[in-house]
Amino acid sequence: MDHVILTSMAVLGGIALISAIILYLASKKFAVSEDARILEIDAVLPQANCGGCGRAGCHDFANACLAASEEEFGNLNCPVGGHPVMNKIAAILGYAAVEREPTVSVLRCNGTCENAPAKIMYDGVSSCRIANHISSGLSGCPDGCLRLGDCVKACPFDALHIDEATGIPVVNEEKCTSCGACVRICPRQLFEIRPRGKNGRRVYVACRNTQKGAVARKNCKAACIACGKCAKICPEITVENNLSYIPPAIDAERFGTELAKACPTGAIVATPENADE
Amino acid sequence: MNNLKTFSMGGIHPDKYKITTASLIIDAGLPETVYIPVKQHIGAPAKILVQKGDKVKVGTLLADSDGVVSADVHSSVSGEVLKVEALESGSGYLENMITIKVEGDDFEPSIDRSEDISREIPYTPEQIVQKLREAGIVGMGGAGYPTPIKTSLPEGKKADCLIVNGIECEPFLTADDRLMIEKAEQIVIGAKIINKALGIQNAVIAVDENKPQAIEALSKITRTYVGVNVQTCATKYPQGGEKQLIAAVAKREVPSGRLPIDVGCIVQNVGTVFAIYEAVMKNKPLFERILTVSGDACRHPANYRVRVGTPVSYLIEKSGGLSEETAQVVLGGPMMGSSVTNINAPVTKLTSGVLMLSDKLAHKGDETDCIRCGKCAMACPMGLEPFLIARLMRAGQTEDLRGAHVLDCIECGCCAYTCPARVPLLDYCKLAKIELKKKK
Amino acid sequence: MLKISTTPHLQSSVDTRRIMLDVVIALLPAALAAVLFFGFNALVVMAASVAACVFFEYAACRFWFKSGNTTRDFSAVITGLLLAFNLPSSMPVGMIVLGAFMAIVVAKLCYGGLGKNIFNPALIGRVFLFISFPVQMTQWPKPAFLKFFDTDVQTAATTLGIIKHMDAATSATVAGGKLPSYYDMFVGNVGGCIGEVSALALLLGLAYLLWRRVITWHIPFYYAGTVFVITGVLWLATGDIRYDPLTHLLSGGLLLGAVFMATDYTTSPMTLKGQVLYAVLCGMLTVVIRLYSAYPEGVSFAILIMNAFVPLIDKYVHGRVFGQGR
Repeated sequence: MDHVILTSMAVLGGIALISAIILYLASKKFAVSEDARILEIDAVLPQANCGGCGRAGCHDFANACLAASEEEFGNLNCPVGGHPVMNKIAAILGYAAVEREPTVSVLRCNGTCENAPAKIMYDGVSSCRIANHISSGLSGCPDGCLRLGDCVKACPFDALHIDEATGIPVVNEEKCTSCGACVRICPRQLFEIRPRGKNGRRVYVACRNTQKGAVARKNCKAACIACGKCAKICPEITVENNLSYIPPAIDAERFGTELAKACPTGAIVATPENADE
Repeated sequence: MNNLKTFSMGGIHPDKYKITTASLIIDAGLPETVYIPVKQHIGAPAKILVQKGDKVKVGTLLADSDGVVSADVHSSVSGEVLKVEALESGSGYLENMITIKVEGDDFEPSIDRSEDISREIPYTPEQIVQKLREAGIVGMGGAGYPTPIKTSLPEGKKADCLIVNGIECEPFLTADDRLMIEKAEQIVIGAKIINKALGIQNAVIAVDENKPQAIEALSKITRTYVGVNVQTCATKYPQGGEKQLIAAVAKREVPSGRLPIDVGCIVQNVGTVFAIYEAVMKNKPLFERILTVSGDACRHPANYRVRVGTPVSYLIEKSGGLSEETAQVVLGGPMMGSSVTNINAPVTKLTSGVLMLSDKLAHKGDETDCIRCGKCAMACPMGLEPFLIARLMRAGQTEDLRGAHVLDCIECGCCAYTCPARVPLLDYCKLAKIELKKKK
Repeated sequence: MLKISTTPHLQSSVDTRRIMLDVVIALLPAALAAVLFFGFNALVVMAASVAACVFFEYAACRFWFKSGNTTRDFSAVITGLLLAFNLPSSMPVGMIVLGAFMAIVVAKLCYGGLGKNIFNPALIGRVFLFISFPVQMTQWPKPAFLKFFDTDVQTAATTLGIIKHMDAATSATVAGGKLPSYYDMFVGNVGGCIGEVSALALLLGLAYLLWRRVITWHIPFYYAGTVFVITGVLWLATGDIRYDPLTHLLSGGLLLGAVFMATDYTTSPMTLKGQVLYAVLCGMLTVVIRLYSAYPEGVSFAILIMNAFVPLIDKYVHGRVFGQGR
């Protein structure tokens, strides 16, 4: 029996040895030479592969950083890691660090179950993009939130959830990295990446409806009716297409509460809600 | 009956529910107000020519075609224009519509209202196309492609086969069936008109075998007309689809992303052919159409001749009102028609039916896990693999979608109809198309 | 309040449950044949297997996987019946329960349940028992028509077992004297697993499945056809009774495998073209195992091996897309 065991060991050992040699040769022959700094940058990046930077993933972003000149580097940003990460990358590449304001995603619709009551039922696949395709939605507002949560599914950081009481998604500020996945997925472009503001103070119009005031109000109590009251307070606010827009540059600390109070429909949202209490 | 023609790839046999086959076409009469959308076709909306307060007659031009792919819109009633503004359409989105208050029923004098059948075609091809353009004729099968474009041959293209689409494969709908029975000779003359415009000798009227009366009526007429023949086809959904019908009748396959004319075929719906006859021989613009009001929750199903712009709610009232069990109101057939959010939406040139469906019939079952039965791939008339498309969409692998030929999907719904696990396969396919188009 | 929904607004009345129920109905003739030929014992085997499978499906979903109750879709009943069909009537109940556990919990639910398993659960159960308990799994009680409580159990070799033990010299001369007649093989009066013996009953099941459009004819036809053609060519070339194509067609688990196991939705390819390729390869593997391996029968192994290739077939074999040329 001895020779049987010996032969099998020899045969298996031989196969293992030959395979090892082939593997070694193959790894040498097909080795991809990469700049060592790519690995360093990769190590700094969050590796969420969210695509928030506009690249196919973190490795692709690392490549882009490496290829960029110092000026071009200023335009690159990892929204997830924010400037701590960008500073580290800048240090690896020997570039000067760039300052950038922290941002967050906001939902520009206040079409809650209460403000915009459902007039019909929807029986179909739970996808805003499909629902948007077949009808204007439950409340009848053609620009409002469809409440089916494509953004929740698209968010790679679990920063969105549908509030059961209101039916519309809520952004968790702590988790939101402003990667922009919600902006890209929403069929009605309801999300906007805006500066977080000092102490979380922001002010924006939570409405995208461009119908005439009376028509919009019929479907939703919180619709912007383009009355222009906000524009009287801040001349920078634009009112176009029956819709008012507050540019991110408006000082929320100074005007936020005033604007929100002036809005007759409640379309203007100032955060935090209890700012003055 | 062995020589029944049909397409070879996929297809399903849903229950027919053709309750109104024996009901004669009735005139639906005039509602108090009509709402006429200025976009009832593929392409640019027509340019509005009237304003508030204008008096119009039946057949008055309301909006002029804007660009090549567009069509004129005419008034379907006589009366006063109340307003010209965006109103809620069936889908709930706003569309520009002309609201007209009905007063009397005065026709434009140029329209020949006699019932006599005109058999001689004294016009040249150019004149025919011009008349179709002036009458605002569009494909009435559902796509709404302006007909004048289809009846003039593009540079360097040749057509040798006109197929008149008498296949009404959607369940419930019987409007085309009744039209073929009652207006057989007009349809045959209409086919001759298109033949003349295109310079082709032959026309085939394709009818599926579950319409024996229509086949008999048409066959009787075609005996006296050279070059027009009736072809009986097997009953199968979606045989009324342009590509499927060409595959069935002419045994040719329209390549992906191409038009029927690329294989020498022209397909026209029977409703369109009848409208062509009326436009050319009777100077009558397209302002009314035949449609079926039916559904399992409909009290009095019937086939109506309806003026364009009539509110759907008017037709529902005519048919016994909205019954308790009505869960959905669908414009078009139950396989491809769209459910409406607003029953005051108007009937357009493209509305082939108004269906009231109960929750029992139109209920979407709860989605369960795919059991990999492959029935969707077997049913797909385009040879696609819907299960694969659904899987790619779920996994977010949108870059692989092109390889799955999603853009060839005709949205017939065979996959979702047949799926035993109730996976909304068509929704995934539509989503995939949206994603792909976004990427372009 | 009106409802809006996506198209199509109609849906076929055939759902997963209805399909599974149809398969159970299609299995009934073979179950009846099993009871007629193997008596009360066959009934015990089937009852134990079905009960164990349904129990494991219910218990595992409820207490382990915490998913919904999936016993209502009848798929566990099918697995139970198919497992029983692949066992001899003398199988001890304890072993059957163990096999049912392997089939339902390990081979099906661990992969994610119906639709997600890679291997046919019933076959995993059978092969597990076959390898673990080779003695009990190769004792074939002699069929006794309409003798329900025949306690004096004699054993008989299966047709394929007889073929395996023939040697090249005798088979040509003995001329099959020991092989059962075609008639016995057709109606099921031969030794073997309880569900595989009666070709007649299995063909009745096939007819029902085809009539209800649960399966298409492709997999059974190409599977059985491949075995028939290959053995037929060998038989014509050598004249050796061991290659007799009709015997190969009617004996062993070929028909059971071709009609009920290889056609399992989850573990067979999705496209028609893929199914044909899969069935032909199943047939070739079956012949190879039957004729050239140590085992007399190769259907279960052939199907399980091909199950592993299904994802690959699905990835590379696609049907023609409309308008893309022939």
